[in-house]
Amino acid sequence: MNRKFSTILQALLSHWQRKPLQLVTFIGGLALATALWSGVQAVNSEARKSYDAAAATLGEGQFDQLVPRVGNTIPLVTYIKLRRNGWLVSPVIEGQLNGIRIVGVDALTSPGELPDLQLSDNTPLQDFLGKGTIYANQETALALNISVPVQISSNVAPGIAITDISVAQDILAREDLTRLMVANTHSLNREELAVIAPDLRLQPSQQSADLGELTESFHLNLTAFGLLSFAVGIFIVHSTIGLAFEQRRATLRTLRALGVSLISLIIAVIFEIFTLAIFGATIGILLGYFVAAALLPDVASTLSSLYGAHVAGTLQLRAEWWLSGYAMALFGTVVAITGKLWQIASMPILVSAQPRAWAMTVGRGRTLQAIIALLLISGALALLGFGKGLVAGFAMLGCLLLGAALALPTIIEKCLGFVQGHVRGVISQWFLADTRQQIPGLSLALMALLLAIAANIGVSTMVSSFRQTFVEFLDQRLAPELFVRIEDLGKSAAVEAALTANADEVLLLYSRKASVRGIPVEIDGIRVGKTYRDNWRLLAAEEKVWDRLATGEVIIANEQFARRAGYWVGDIVSFAGKDLLLGGVAGDYGNPLGQIILGEKLYRELYPDDRAFRFGARTTDQEALKMAVQAQTGLPDSAFTNQADIKSFSLQVFERTFAVTAALNVLTLVVAGFAMFTSLLTLADLRVPQLAPVWALGLSRRELGKLEVLRTLVFAAVVCVLALPLGLALAWILLSVINVEAFGWRLPMFLFPADYAQLLAYALLAAFLAALWPAIRLARIAPNTLLKVFAHER
Amino acid sequence: MSRCGTKLLVKLNSVNKSFPSGDTPQRVLRGVNLELGAGETVALTGESGSGKSTLLHIAAGLETADAGEVLIEGRDLSLLTDSQRAALRRGTIGVVFQQFNLVPSLSVAANIAFQARLSGREDKEYFNYLAEELGLIDQLEKYPETLSGGQQQRVAIARTLAAKPKIVFADEPTGNLDEATATVVLDQLIALAEESEAGLMVVTHSANNAARMKRRFHLAGGVLT
Repeated sequence: MNRKFSTILQALLSHWQRKPLQLVTFIGGLALATALWSGVQAVNSEARKSYDAAAATLGEGQFDQLVPRVGNTIPLVTYIKLRRNGWLVSPVIEGQLNGIRIVGVDALTSPGELPDLQLSDNTPLQDFLGKGTIYANQETALALNISVPVQISSNVAPGIAITDISVAQDILAREDLTRLMVANTHSLNREELAVIAPDLRLQPSQQSADLGELTESFHLNLTAFGLLSFAVGIFIVHSTIGLAFEQRRATLRTLRALGVSLISLIIAVIFEIFTLAIFGATIGILLGYFVAAALLPDVASTLSSLYGAHVAGTLQLRAEWWLSGYAMALFGTVVAITGKLWQIASMPILVSAQPRAWAMTVGRGRTLQAIIALLLISGALALLGFGKGLVAGFAMLGCLLLGAALALPTIIEKCLGFVQGHVRGVISQWFLADTRQQIPGLSLALMALLLAIAANIGVSTMVSSFRQTFVEFLDQRLAPELFVRIEDLGKSAAVEAALTANADEVLLLYSRKASVRGIPVEIDGIRVGKTYRDNWRLLAAEEKVWDRLATGEVIIANEQFARRAGYWVGDIVSFAGKDLLLGGVAGDYGNPLGQIILGEKLYRELYPDDRAFRFGARTTDQEALKMAVQAQTGLPDSAFTNQADIKSFSLQVFERTFAVTAALNVLTLVVAGFAMFTSLLTLADLRVPQLAPVWALGLSRRELGKLEVLRTLVFAAVVCVLALPLGLALAWILLSVINVEAFGWRLPMFLFPADYAQLLAYALLAAFLAALWPAIRLARIAPNTLLKVFAHER
Repeated sequence: MSRCGTKLLVKLNSVNKSFPSGDTPQRVLRGVNLELGAGETVALTGESGSGKSTLLHIAAGLETADAGEVLIEGRDLSLLTDSQRAALRRGTIGVVFQQFNLVPSLSVAANIAFQARLSGREDKEYFNYLAEELGLIDQLEKYPETLSGGQQQRVAIARTLAAKPKIVFADEPTGNLDEATATVVLDQLIALAEESEAGLMVVTHSANNAARMKRRFHLAGGVLT
């Protein structure tokens, strides 16, 4: 670094040395913006990574499996018999040890590839097979506490230890097997399962797909949050850097006047700002890591409940978080700095450094900004009308948010201008005029606040609507107090008879897979009764739909099928050689599959050989009913499911989802509040020349301080008023556009006015707190400082 | 060569400058011609708003003329790149600004040394000499905001002199100083011009100060007389 460059850099950096609080707010603004972004990303990616690890470790969901019809064990001899008869199965033994799920697999016959266990380079398979090593992640390894050597592998899912099957059998002191994974390819001459191993049943892959869909929806929620936090972060970085430039405008001009060339100055500024940005981003990424680590236990329990897989309770700092955190901070910096550098380059050396000059420069840009805002909002509307697919949905979201944020200064300016034209008092007029003059300096912080509040409203509405819909849906679908599922269709009639004899009402379900219009669907046959009529709420329906369903005149489809096939109520659906009128569309949240519901009569007509295998029973005494049915049919306990258990499980899942979302909401608001604080603190110094004349004319410093707080509250109030419709529009896009594009079902949107009122109160409180310290400083400013303005000694 | 027979440092040929003012632009300079030679001292007087500072800024390459030629050591400023003009400002020209233009975050010492460091002409002895002569020795560790207007003006002058420029443009350099300090400051500027064959152009309202310069010009109605 040559002497000239270091002299310039020293002059630039001396600003921060003299104003450490500004340096703290600058670094803090960058760090918080990055933290918000990387924290959300960390939670998201860690959860996904854990799914992948779980799937890779267990092969669950990827392969069909053979499991025992009764009990939890498969004799070794059954496995050997299956192999000899052409079944390409691989044995798995599972058991619990010290709270850890021990999984023993056979590396040689496993249908999938062994998970990447980060085995040593030279002898991976030998290690696995011969040395009796157990593989687990660090957390699990510590909890395992056994004498067998444990190899740490971060690719093994949390709570699971994986090893060779013989080692697992030794540890668990068992010789049997738990399940058999079935390869996707199989021998052509293999014999029927029922012949070779009648005690086993084939469990198809992807059994938990419906829960997987819910998990995906949870991720969509977090992804949307990530996008929003990114937007909030960009505005905060922009605001922070913009203010840092404004504070040093006079210095930059002086440096130019003293012979620093434009190019040298620009290089020095870029070097300085990027160094600080990297420093701020580093703090932010670490901060985001701690935020994510604090939230992850909730996320982990949520996803564990949803998916049945574990998410590690501890985080690792992954390279991609560093990269995405730096990318976000540097992208924000580039966006912010480009405009500022352009201003330095285009502004004559001796242009006045007064804030009004800056305001006028910004004012000229505001017209352009308003035009861009209008174009973006028009783009969002065009995408709403003509856009297709998930990308278009997210583009619409981006256009709307960015457009609204860019339109904000113009809207505030017009509102204040209108009010100014209608007030008489001299202080009121000065207050409004002065408030309008502050818009350029505060606009970016206000945009960040707007996005933060809108994000809060939008995401809260989405999650709360999701919850309310799902709870109602559970009430509809889980109305029967007891569910029975049978494997042996031969028992169908007996179970039906037993239930009919002992329950108040019996709902039975026939089901088979089919393809309609090339879309795989589940054709269900139901017996229409009081429970359906009272509890099911259809999204759209013909008159007397239940009566007509019972007679076979109409059918009902779930929303997924209706949307995918392009049908709606009143359309004719052709299948099984018949043209059937679609009489109703039912919401079916969380189910990835299309579904067509027929009345029992029509179903039996079309598929006379099918038997009902799932039953719901209305009763006031579930235990008595279960015992009576068991006594008559000999069904095992596993055939019965208690409604209360399912409901409480499902509700727990959502309560945890809320905990994460609420924490992120608070964080977003805190970050936006900090951006306001930073901006106000910075502007406080620049505002002394504007306030000094008003003070000299008779307003006390205390009154000026109060007016500063009031000004911030006025800004925040206008932002709140605008954020409410923006947030609701955001929620609508998430629920009605993006969710439909992503999952094929549309969530009804509910409004939660009390929640919004509370949120807006918090936002005003955040703005009040942000304004408090700068106002106190102003109220205590030394008269000498104000007098200097008149002596031109500043 | 200048009219005085010394090496010509600054030459202004038919310089015009207007500023927007309502519908009709306000013409502050009309065909101004001016020369400044090495070791020459020039006073520029005129009423407030007559365009003295504008003329000085144009001559120093800080502002551009609407028409006419500005030559520094024979080089036409309008033909130079930004970097070349910046190199002239830090190496050849020194400007004492009316508003001082100190860097608020640098100490007095760092401010004084700043331009000399930029131009690579740091001279510790001369630095100490200037600080002593201008009464700044006890102020070196302070920051500009803690100084009075007069002290800030002396720092600005010391900064310009420390860089040993060939040409000094000073805009009201003694406006905030008491009579005794003003005399010292002006002595320093004139001594620099004489000792190092530098050219000195001073904008002033003071007839006494103007009288100490070899040549005097008055600007009125955009015309130099």
